[in-house]
Amino acid sequence: MTTAYKPVYKRPKLLKEAHFHYCPGCGHGIINRLLMEVIEEMDLADKAICVAPAGCGMLLYNYFDIDVIESAHGRGSAVATGIKRMLPDNLVFSYQGDGDLAAIGTAEGFHAANRGENITVIFVNNGVYGMTGGQMAPTSLIDQVTTTSPLGRNSVLAGHPVRICEVFSVLDGTSYLERVAVNKPAGVVKTKKAIRKAFQRQLDGAGFSLVEILSPCPTAWKMGTLESCKWVDDVMSKVFPLGVVKDVAPCAGIAAEPRSEEAPCS
Amino acid sequence: MKRLMSGNAALAEAAILSGCTAYFGYPITPQNELTEHMAKRMVESGGVFIQSESEIAAINMVLGASAAGARAMTSSSGPGMSLKQEGISYLVADELPAVIVNVVRGGPGMGNISPSQSDYFQATRGGGHGDYKTIVLAPSSVQELTEIVPLAFDLADKYRNPVLILGDGMLGQMMEPVDFDGLERPRDYQKDYTLTGAKDRPARSIYSLIFDAKLQEEHNWKLQRKFQLIEQNEVRYETYLTEDAEMIVIAYGMGARIAKGAIKRLRQEGLKVGMVRLITLWPFPTKVLQEMANTVSEFFVFEMSAGQMVEDVRLALGGKGNVHFYGRPGGVIPMPVELYRIISRHYNLAESARAGKQS
Repeated sequence: MTTAYKPVYKRPKLLKEAHFHYCPGCGHGIINRLLMEVIEEMDLADKAICVAPAGCGMLLYNYFDIDVIESAHGRGSAVATGIKRMLPDNLVFSYQGDGDLAAIGTAEGFHAANRGENITVIFVNNGVYGMTGGQMAPTSLIDQVTTTSPLGRNSVLAGHPVRICEVFSVLDGTSYLERVAVNKPAGVVKTKKAIRKAFQRQLDGAGFSLVEILSPCPTAWKMGTLESCKWVDDVMSKVFPLGVVKDVAPCAGIAAEPRSEEAPCS
Repeated sequence: MKRLMSGNAALAEAAILSGCTAYFGYPITPQNELTEHMAKRMVESGGVFIQSESEIAAINMVLGASAAGARAMTSSSGPGMSLKQEGISYLVADELPAVIVNVVRGGPGMGNISPSQSDYFQATRGGGHGDYKTIVLAPSSVQELTEIVPLAFDLADKYRNPVLILGDGMLGQMMEPVDFDGLERPRDYQKDYTLTGAKDRPARSIYSLIFDAKLQEEHNWKLQRKFQLIEQNEVRYETYLTEDAEMIVIAYGMGARIAKGAIKRLRQEGLKVGMVRLITLWPFPTKVLQEMANTVSEFFVFEMSAGQMVEDVRLALGGKGNVHFYGRPGGVIPMPVELYRIISRHYNLAESARAGKQS
């Protein structure tokens, strides 16, 4: 007698058989897997184009079996804009870290959002520059010790944590902004839902969508993996509250002035 | 049919007629008419136009559009060109085609908005980080843009490398009659690298990060082999009254037009002066100058800068012949009569020096 097993978990086909270069306990691996799961489930593999960042997410093309282009540090939203305007029927998303989107690439992200570019930004916020060795990020918390804030982030000298979702929420071009976390199974499920919803918004032509994902970085935080997961709940999410920050479909900009049905380059 | 157009507008129109489907730019004088013409014409021709939030954003939009298969272009001037260098370096590393226009103004810093040729080094040495070159084309009239612009798009696609068009504020602002009837739209290339979604083909990736130094070196040598090929095949220049010349003026762009005026006067007085007008600043016409140095000993470089191309002339000649130089930096435009006086003085001094040696 053969027993029919129902698979409860499997590697998505779009995730290549490669070893992640991420550190133990890092959230990037989970987020990478979720993205490929969603694209596979939504049957978008032949339409998806990912814009990879500089930073820990820069090697996405080693893991994603979809079209991927690297962008210079911070320019992901501009590169995604260029691609999407030429290929309006494709799914175009950038994958950006907190230094990438909230510091060096603030202008590019902000204005892509303000134009209501029909792209999705996957914004991985771990409150630190991971790849370069744990320097202070624009999203580092007050008093957070990093290699460039050895006494803790001093708001008088180094400013305050940047809340990208809240900043972008006042722009008429944004359709969907949600902050989630991948520090526990329930959060991972929510993150997957948020990514799916953001991609759907793009397919519907609703305007700019962004999913901010609080992601543990045990190496740069100098914490254990479990401790890191707990820190996201106990400390980080107090400054970066989880939940839907904005949900307007279509975005106000498009509602006010409907876009042409026709693709710009058809 | 001839139309009276500014160089900036004519350049934009030539780009549209060359099949440019994506333009991204940020306002900066003296090139605004180009962006404005694009804003109007891209809507009419069904292309993409974005007034970007910065020159950095514009060049990265170009990169994205180019990766998606578009014939993409951006334009700027001095300060904006400095911002674009990051993206140009990535375009070269990724081997993506693009056309970038620099309507040069006086610098450094904010400088001014007068015509200048002070960005020669930035344009011909790569300009950004890393070991690379971009093809640099230097038009000298509005009509010539109808040849230079399609050529720029063709070379960009042919070599998968960004191409710079180096004009200046005078070319951009002045109006001249221009006839687009002869403009030949460059051929469409098979592009097997574009990102369009992995439909009926394996997934593709475009990136410049190569951690392994040996592989990065190999990528560099691959680019260098391409640059060598460009140096062999793509040198372009024009000669003017060089057959009997005893002194060769070397100039480009609007500088060459000023020099032409000076040479006409010099010829009227019987001074045997000719000119090599560079059309490609890189690749540089090294061999042409070397061959001329077999029969001519006096070379006179004129630039609207403190002296940049003159270094390439010296390198090309390798000590052969005498290199004279006159330059006006900071956005000053010398009159032909001024240049005539300077060249004539150098010519006569060189002649008497030769006569002294012979006696």
